[in-house]
Amino acid sequence: MRDYSLKTIMNKPERLAPGHRMCAGCGATIAVRAVLRALHEGDHAVIGNATGCLEVSSYMYPYTAWEDSYIHNAFENAGATLSGVETAYKALKKRGRLPEEETFKFITFGGDGGTYDIGFQSLSGAMERNHDMVYVCYDNGAYMNTGIQRSSATPMYADTTTTPVGKNSVGKMQNRKDLSSIIADHDVPYVAQTTLTSNFVDLHRKAEKAIYTEGASFLNIMTPCPRGWRYETSEIMKICKLAVETCYWPLFEVEHGKWKLSYEPKKKLPIEDFLKEQGRFKHLFKKGNEDLLVQFQEEVDRRWEDLQYKCAR
Amino acid sequence: MRTDVTKINEKTPHEQLTEGLMMFAGGTSKYFNTGEWRTNTPIFYEDKCKQCLLCAPVCPDSSIPIKNGERFAFDMDHCKGCGICADVCPFGAIEMKEGVE
Amino acid sequence: MAIKERMSGNEAVAFAIRQVNPDVMPAFPITPSTEIPQMVSTYIANGEIDTEFIPVESEHSAMSATIGAEAAGARSLTATSSAGLALMWEELLLAASNRMPLVLALVNRTLSGPININCDHSDGMGARDTGWIQIYAENNQEAYDNFIQAYPIAENEKVHLPVMVCQDGFITSHAVENITLLEDSLVKDFVGEYYPEEYLLNPGKPIAVGPYSVSNYAMEAKKNQEIALENAKEVILEVAKKFKDISGREYGLFEEYRTEDADYIMLIMGSAAGTAKQAVDDLREKGWKVGVLKLRVFRPFPAKEIAEALKNCKAVAIMDRCESYNGNGGPLGSEVLAGLFRYKVMIETVNYIYGLAGRDFTVSDVYDIFSELDAVVTEGKEAKQYQYIRLREQEAADERL
Repeated sequence: MRDYSLKTIMNKPERLAPGHRMCAGCGATIAVRAVLRALHEGDHAVIGNATGCLEVSSYMYPYTAWEDSYIHNAFENAGATLSGVETAYKALKKRGRLPEEETFKFITFGGDGGTYDIGFQSLSGAMERNHDMVYVCYDNGAYMNTGIQRSSATPMYADTTTTPVGKNSVGKMQNRKDLSSIIADHDVPYVAQTTLTSNFVDLHRKAEKAIYTEGASFLNIMTPCPRGWRYETSEIMKICKLAVETCYWPLFEVEHGKWKLSYEPKKKLPIEDFLKEQGRFKHLFKKGNEDLLVQFQEEVDRRWEDLQYKCAR
Repeated sequence: MRTDVTKINEKTPHEQLTEGLMMFAGGTSKYFNTGEWRTNTPIFYEDKCKQCLLCAPVCPDSSIPIKNGERFAFDMDHCKGCGICADVCPFGAIEMKEGVE
Repeated sequence: MAIKERMSGNEAVAFAIRQVNPDVMPAFPITPSTEIPQMVSTYIANGEIDTEFIPVESEHSAMSATIGAEAAGARSLTATSSAGLALMWEELLLAASNRMPLVLALVNRTLSGPININCDHSDGMGARDTGWIQIYAENNQEAYDNFIQAYPIAENEKVHLPVMVCQDGFITSHAVENITLLEDSLVKDFVGEYYPEEYLLNPGKPIAVGPYSVSNYAMEAKKNQEIALENAKEVILEVAKKFKDISGREYGLFEEYRTEDADYIMLIMGSAAGTAKQAVDDLREKGWKVGVLKLRVFRPFPAKEIAEALKNCKAVAIMDRCESYNGNGGPLGSEVLAGLFRYKVMIETVNYIYGLAGRDFTVSDVYDIFSELDAVVTEGKEAKQYQYIRLREQEAADERL
C-alpha cells in the first residue's frame, strides 16, 4: 500500500481496549490490534474467537476488551460460529432488518490449537463455503493456554510440556503443519502469512485485503509467546525479525490462487540466529546435537525453496 | 438493556447479573486495572521523543494513547511493563525502570 | 380455514418451517431427519421461502453456526438425529447457557453402538441435562403443532432458551398420516416477527457473548438458567392456550387419556402413546379401568403435575424407550419415581424398557403390562423392576422347548 502511514493509522480509535489479562509482552494482542486497525472507520465488526489465551483473557466477565460485538462459542468451532453470524447478516440485510448503510465485517481469531488442530474441520468448512469472513490464526506454536503443550504448529525439536527434552528426547519429533498452504489449497480468495514487523505495514496491508476481499480469507500471523518460547518479553520484535530473515516464517500471500512473496531477505540468515534466542531450543546448542541443527536448517531450506517455486509460477 | 459494568462485581446477586453472562456494552475491560501487574515501569522522556510512533503498535495493552498523530504519557492503569516499547524506540525516549511507579 | 392434508412427520415439520420462514438454517444430513433440510432446501430453491441455508460440514458445526446466527439476531434452527445430536453435545450446553432461543427439530433415533438407524429416545434423553426445553410428539399432527409453538416459547423474555421439538424416527417422521394444517398467515401471525432486544448485529450497540467466568459468577448464571427453565412451564401452557385459539387443538405439559377413574396408568412418551391408547380403548371395553399419561414436555420436567395426576391410581407402568445404563432403570423411570417420592404419592410402579433401536411395541404388549400391574396390585406379585419388553431370553426359549 503506497499511502501507508503509521501516524495516520495509529490515529484511528483503538478497537481493543486495555485491561485484558493477556501476559505482559504477549504477541497475540499486538497482532489483534494490528488486524483491527485495518477496519475502515465507520465499519462495524463482529469478532469471533476460539477458546484459548486470547478468549479467556479478553472477555472475562464482566470485562470485555472488545469495542465491537464479540462472540466466543467453544474451542473447536470458531469457523462455524462466525459463518453463522455472517449468514445472519446476509439474511437480516436481505429482509431489511438492518439499515442498508451499515456495514459489518467478520473477523475471527484462534490460536494454533483452535485453528491447526481442534478447530481444523470447522475452519475448513467455513473456508470451503466461502463465507465473507476472515479467519485469523495467531500462531504461537503450542497450546499456551493450557501450559505449552505441543501442537501441529510446533516446530520440530521444540521443548514443550508434552514433548519435554530429556535423556531420551530431543523435543518434538515431527515437523510443523503448513496450514497457510493447506488453506490456500481450499482455493479461497485470499490467504496470507505475516508476523509483527517494525512499522506493521505487511500485517496491515494483508489484514485490510483479507477484510475487504469478498469471500473467505485466512491470515496466519506468527505471534511469539514469551512464556512458551522462553525469551525476555521486550525482545519480541527482534524474534519476529529473525523468523523472517532466516526464512523460518516467510511473508507471502496467495491472492485468487496466485502465490506472491511479500519479502525476500537480501541475505538469508542461518536458522541458529532465530533458534538461539529461545529457551525452547536451548538443547539444540549442546554438544552432540549439531546434526539436529543441520536437519532443522534443511527443513527450513526445503520449505523456502518450495515457496519460492510456488511464487515463481 | 445496556450494561453498566460498574454495577457488576463478585458480590452481585444472581438476579442482577446479565442474561447468559452477556455484556451489552463494549470495551468494559478499561475498568479493570492491569497496571498492578507491573514489575518494571517505562519512563517516557518527552524531550527525546520524535513522535515516530513505532512504540504505539507494539504495545500489547493499548497503553500508549495517540491523539492527533502524537503519543502521550503511558496509561499506567493498564501498562504491564513488558518493555517492548523501550526496546523498539530508536531515540532512547523510553527507559524501563525496575519497580512500580 | 384448516387445510386437510396427508403428510409424513418430516414433511409436516418442513412445512411448518416453510410457514415460519426462519432467517437461518445450518444443517448436516443424518437419517432419519435428513428429509427436513432437503425439503427446506427445495422450498428455498423454488422461491417459496428465503431462509438462508448453510450446508455445514458436521452437526457440531450445524449447532455452532445456529448459535452464531441466533446471537447475531437471526431466528435460527437446525435439525438432526442420533449421533448428530451426540456430536452437538457441547454446543447444546452453550446454546442454553448463552440463552439462545433457537429451535432444533430432533427426529429421535437410537445412539451407537451398534450403529442402527431406528427409533428410540436415547439421543434426546442423552441431552436431557443440557438445559434445553424438550417437547415430544405422538404423531405428525403434534410434530407440526409443536414446531409452530416452539419459537413463541423460546423467544419469550421469561425463557430465552432453546427448544428441541422431538418426534419418533421413521414411525412418525416417515409414515404418512392425515394432518390438519393451519393457513400460512395464521402461523405467521402466531409466531410473529423476531426483534430481539440485544444482538451482535445491532449497529453502535455492541454486545459480547460467551465469556470466561470465575466461580463467583458461574454458579449464579446457572441458577438464572434454571429459573428460566422453570418459567418455561408457565409459558408453554400460555402458548398452548393461544395455539388452541387458532387451531382448536389442546396441549398441556402432558395428556391424560382416560385416566380420571383409572386404577392402572401407563406413562409413556412419543409415538408408542398411540399404541397404548388403542390398548386402553380395547381394555376399557372389557371393563378394565386403565388410562395413559402421555408426557409431552420432558424438560422442564413436570414432576409435581405428574405426581398429582397419578396420585389416585393403584399402579403405574413407566415406559422408557431408552436404556440409561445407571443400573436402576430408564431416565423416565428415575425421574417419575423421584417425583412421586418427593410429593409422597406411594403407588406401585414398574419401569419397562421397550422399543430400543426400533424394536416393535404392540397393543398386546400393553395388555400384558396392564395385566402385570393388576397382578402386582391384586395378587401381590413382585414384578421385576426395570424389565425389557420383547427381549429374547434364554429362559423363554427354554420354556418353548
